[in-house]
Amino acid sequence: MSSRVDSSESSYIRAVNQALDDALGADSRVVIYGEDVAIPNGPFGATKGLHDKYGDRVFDTPISESAMIGAALGAAMGGLRPIVEIMYADFLMVAMDQIVNQIANTRYVSEGRLGAPLVIRTQQGSTPGSCAQHSQSLEAMFAHVPGLQIAVPATPQDAYGILRDAASSDDPVMVFESRRLYPTKGAVATGSGLGRVGQADVVRSGTDVTIVTWGTVRAWAEEAADHVSESGISCEVLDLRWISPWDRDAVVESVSKTGHLLVAHEAGRVGGFGAEILSSVVEELGPGLKGARRIGSDPVPMPSSPILSAAVLPSVDRLVAGIHSLLKENVA
Amino acid sequence: MTAPPSLEDLYLRMLQIRLIEEELLRAVQDGRVTGSTHLCIGQEAIPVGTCAALGPNDPVVATYRGHGWALSRGVPAEELLAEVFGRDSDLNGGRAGSAYLSGPQYGFYGENSIVGAGVPIALGLAMACNRLGGNRIPVVSIGDGAMNQGNVHESLNMASVLNIPLIVVVENNGYVEMTPSATLTAVPAAARAAAYSIIAMEVDGNDPLAVAATVSDAREAALQKSAPVLVEAHTRRLGGHYSGDAQQYRPAGELEGWRATDPLTLARSQLTSEAAARCEQQAEGAVSAALALAEGMPTPNVEEVMTHVFSG
Repeated sequence: MSSRVDSSESSYIRAVNQALDDALGADSRVVIYGEDVAIPNGPFGATKGLHDKYGDRVFDTPISESAMIGAALGAAMGGLRPIVEIMYADFLMVAMDQIVNQIANTRYVSEGRLGAPLVIRTQQGSTPGSCAQHSQSLEAMFAHVPGLQIAVPATPQDAYGILRDAASSDDPVMVFESRRLYPTKGAVATGSGLGRVGQADVVRSGTDVTIVTWGTVRAWAEEAADHVSESGISCEVLDLRWISPWDRDAVVESVSKTGHLLVAHEAGRVGGFGAEILSSVVEELGPGLKGARRIGSDPVPMPSSPILSAAVLPSVDRLVAGIHSLLKENVA
Repeated sequence: MTAPPSLEDLYLRMLQIRLIEEELLRAVQDGRVTGSTHLCIGQEAIPVGTCAALGPNDPVVATYRGHGWALSRGVPAEELLAEVFGRDSDLNGGRAGSAYLSGPQYGFYGENSIVGAGVPIALGLAMACNRLGGNRIPVVSIGDGAMNQGNVHESLNMASVLNIPLIVVVENNGYVEMTPSATLTAVPAAARAAAYSIIAMEVDGNDPLAVAATVSDAREAALQKSAPVLVEAHTRRLGGHYSGDAQQYRPAGELEGWRATDPLTLARSQLTSEAAARCEQQAEGAVSAALALAEGMPTPNVEEVMTHVFSG
């Protein structure tokens, strides 16, 4: 069991790799499998070197997402701690039965006599040129289902810590990493997880507007907050990190202070998880909420051409416009 | 496999399942059970024969037509009945019902109400058994209709290439829900196993001794070759797809003809009348005692309805 704390600079993907390495080292029940994860070292390098180091605890599977994820449930029932890599979140759609009908139900329906301690790691989102079947952000779809824990890490530190927490959880966790963020760098303390599933990160404190975000939009929210600060607007930025469970207390506390809520995510706005957050805050604060906005991708399949995808994705400009309109409406 | 089971013992086990299924059919009809049930009347020889050939800790995964499998693996009849009655059983406290119950404490890893979905789960159990040792091989039962589900084929291929010992029992009962199997399946299960380099065996699924012998061979082959084995057991469903099924799709006289090969009738004909009577007396006593116990179990506590979504 590693107890070292090393705050060196690391890329997001390297932090994922280190978390997997440390999870394998910490618990002999952990196995890792997926498409091209062992001998080819992983399509994005998340599993680089792990097959060499841990042998058949890291292995390649056929392109059979349904069997892979269903087998993870059986393996977890049987005493292993599987971590399955699904290459693109879009590919989860071919294994929906195993996630929604099987994994999510296991503990509840068995009255706790069975459990599903497993991790499904995937990456998602749009990058320039990627097609509609390799671009979606699908976390909200799974947050609708009781029994699943859903994380969307945005920084190298969170990518490491959340994955360690996921690997040691007694319940299923889906971790939606970001291909766009894989090369980004930051300080990473290793050795243990963040310690609390579902805890938001207060990225910055502010007084006028609460921006609730996660995943790729975190960095854009910070840029937007910098931008509007030049107009004297003070934003509080919360990165939820987990949308199931989500840090309702932190959001309500922040909006109680600022009175204004902007929820921004890359996933589609319509039926997005932002709507759930906004509804919860309305229920909680009533007239204490002076204004709210949602920003997410427009309701079209994600086009491939970068000019077209940029037109429908959230952006720093859209966030800035959203903040201004939120405050103007309130003044009027 | 240890000593081969005796036909008398297998007849007793089959009869207990039959009596429980018949009681549940009456219970659906008179309102003691709400919702539908999927009974295994006519197919009892397959779970009984299979489980007689298993090791003590071999996990079993079944389908919604799984009462016979649960009972054969060791789930107490009163617990199963209570679960189907929606009572606070020691299985799942009324959360699972007839079609999705489990009892891992007995080695029964669950029915499944999604056709074919037990196969990938059993593959994972097999991966765990293979890695953690203990001479355990999971058995998963599916119907012939499940052979047309994608995840079954994904799992058969994956078990084959990863060299995972696993026994897949395909209960070919003549019907895919309400449509004759032959009209919906291009190639039978045993022949399709060959496409994945999987050892296939076929057996008369109405003969519990033959089932036990075949599954015993399958288990040995799976262990020795570190590979999956598929057993196609031919049987006849002597009832509806579900308890409310009027079976108007059956040709006239079919059911009467099929009853000639009812596994209970066949087994009984090979026993002395004393032995048969002994079994009948014992089974009737055991089932009525289980029924009384089940009906005396409390209803679930509504205040606990939100528990166990997650651990802790």
